[in-house]
Amino acid sequence: MNIASFAPLAVVLPILGAALTFLLIRHSRAQRAVSIALLSLTLLLECFLLASVWDGGTAAVTIGGWLPPWGIVMVVDQFSSLMLVVSSAVSLAVLVYATGQGMADGDQDAPVSIFHPTYLILVAGVSNAFLSGDLFNLYVGFEILLTASYVLMTLGGTGPRIRAGVTYVVVSVVSSVLFLISIAMVYGATGTVNMADLAIKLGELDQGTKTLLHVMLLVAFGIKAAVFPLSFWLPDSYPTAPAPVTAVFAGLLTKVGVYAMVRTETLLFPGDTLNTPLMVAALLTMVVGILGALAQNDIKRLLSFTLVSHIGYMVFGLAMSSTAGLGAAVFYVAHHITIQTSLFLVTGLIERRGGSSSVDRLGGLAKLSPLLALLFFVPAMNLAGIPPFSGFLGKVGLMQAGIELGTPLAYALVIGGVVTSLLTLLAIARVWNRAFWRSPSDAEHPDPVLLAPPLAAVAGPGAKRNTVTLLPRTMVGSTLGLVVLGVALTVFAGPLFTVSDQAAEDMLDRSSYIQAVLGEDTTVPMVLTSGGGK
Amino acid sequence: MSINLTLLIVMGALYACGIYLILERSLTRVLLGLMLLANATNLLILATGGYAGLAPLYSKDIAAQDYNDPLPQALILTSIVISFAVTAFMLGIIYRTWVLARQDEIQDDIEDRRVAETPSFDAEDDAEIPAETSEFPVATVMAGGREMSAESAAAEEKPGSKNVAPGPEGGGK
Repeated sequence: MNIASFAPLAVVLPILGAALTFLLIRHSRAQRAVSIALLSLTLLLECFLLASVWDGGTAAVTIGGWLPPWGIVMVVDQFSSLMLVVSSAVSLAVLVYATGQGMADGDQDAPVSIFHPTYLILVAGVSNAFLSGDLFNLYVGFEILLTASYVLMTLGGTGPRIRAGVTYVVVSVVSSVLFLISIAMVYGATGTVNMADLAIKLGELDQGTKTLLHVMLLVAFGIKAAVFPLSFWLPDSYPTAPAPVTAVFAGLLTKVGVYAMVRTETLLFPGDTLNTPLMVAALLTMVVGILGALAQNDIKRLLSFTLVSHIGYMVFGLAMSSTAGLGAAVFYVAHHITIQTSLFLVTGLIERRGGSSSVDRLGGLAKLSPLLALLFFVPAMNLAGIPPFSGFLGKVGLMQAGIELGTPLAYALVIGGVVTSLLTLLAIARVWNRAFWRSPSDAEHPDPVLLAPPLAAVAGPGAKRNTVTLLPRTMVGSTLGLVVLGVALTVFAGPLFTVSDQAAEDMLDRSSYIQAVLGEDTTVPMVLTSGGGK
Repeated sequence: MSINLTLLIVMGALYACGIYLILERSLTRVLLGLMLLANATNLLILATGGYAGLAPLYSKDIAAQDYNDPLPQALILTSIVISFAVTAFMLGIIYRTWVLARQDEIQDDIEDRRVAETPSFDAEDDAEIPAETSEFPVATVMAGGREMSAESAAAEEKPGSKNVAPGPEGGGK
């Protein structure tokens, strides 16, 4: 029996965990143990899945006894399994961090006890979206993760969170309705929602219908992925949520949108019909996003803007529809999930230690907590793309692919990418200089926590306990784990790039995916490109 | 394939009203708008299943093309359940907004407004730094009863300088 036939467990295990933790809602210790155990198990399974397709190939699992193209299929290939492993590793780290925060703050039976079930449902939705080989099942996956994210976004029901939650919910529902309309139209035009079957049948439609469906799907996914000009909602809603929630949203949710865009571009609508608009959107996403980041004083808001900006790099890689570009985009997605999440987790720690996440109120953190400074510095430099980190490698891959393509627009994007990278460095350096480097008394409105005498000077038994509450070991540990994972992506960039290039090649070729789902003897239609580019 | 015109018109009207309503600032109206949009989409999916009057269930003497497509109905069922959950959640949020702010309106992001109003001048980044151009500390000399830097004193001593030492009767002009 093939390991890939256990793929549905990646969805079932978190849902089972959600059910169990919901039953254990009054026993927070058991709840924590169950959710961490089940998520670790899921991660282990997904590592096996990745190992089974590491050298290439695609495996499809049919569910419920209905054969494709009628029944639901789950498809495991290099891209989906890589995304699964990275996303589960990140969500496990965030879960440990959140547990640490919960333990430190002592939430016995606060509304926060619904955090665990909701969080696990979110993970199940993300896994479902990554594995789905069926457009409607992809929609269901999106809805599972979105509904869970609504609850997490408004956790505790405080004023600012409700305000941000309203925007978030309305925008997400509108994008879901758009997605559903496109599914209805796709079904009306082709009579199928199976993605492999669609890959064949959409090619037979006339160009006008095809472009309409293509644009509608891209707009629906573009809202979720926060591609400019559909990114307005993100910096407004993410920063108000609790730190671990923002971290996991920033890492995963937009990337699910990017993943869906990649599948749309490669599997459903291959060719280069919409590459030019996508490239323009990528350029604007990068530049407008980072200019927004420069204006912010709040670290969480600043990071939300860099998140939007760096989505542009992935769309850039995708829009080139060359193996090199797509491969670099796949690598960049894996890198960015890890780095952006760890930066948000560190910001949560900064907020605990410094009492605020606004750079106007912070100062001297490098002296107060050198470990915190290190935890911020490494992923921050990684995000800005300083050699030798993975951010640099991913960007170099994208630049090379852009120069290989050689069109004027591709060159404009390469220049835009370099400028964005420099501006990211500027934004990050501003945070570093203010929050970590200057002395607290230089801040405009220094937080009283920072001006307090060092804990060592305050004699008494309470001193030590106080430090523990400010930076609990589990929270620092899980952040450290993610930072180390980010560095590991740099160390193992070679093999990872090989896999992502191969994944890109498979996705552009399509035959592996289609034949895995519909049977070996399916003929895969040729991709027609209008340009002469390879 | 023939299309049910009534269904189509109803669908269009629902979309139009829905889009109008979600552009309102009142949360309850936004919710109503979202519900209309979801239901219009359900009708759209229903329209892909074939026209009314086709056989829904299997019977021996009906030809294959005379059946209604059951898949869209399954899709609608799923989407109804999802929009039900979202509506319930939205109602919860709207109630919470009412409890907290006593108003049924979308509120502005205060931080966003603050950033927008921030002047482009930033005290820390843009303030003028006292520039020290010389490698050595600036020397000062006493000249004409006042303290001035050696550099400017030397400039005044140069030939051609208008600064001619004034005579007791007040020379110059």
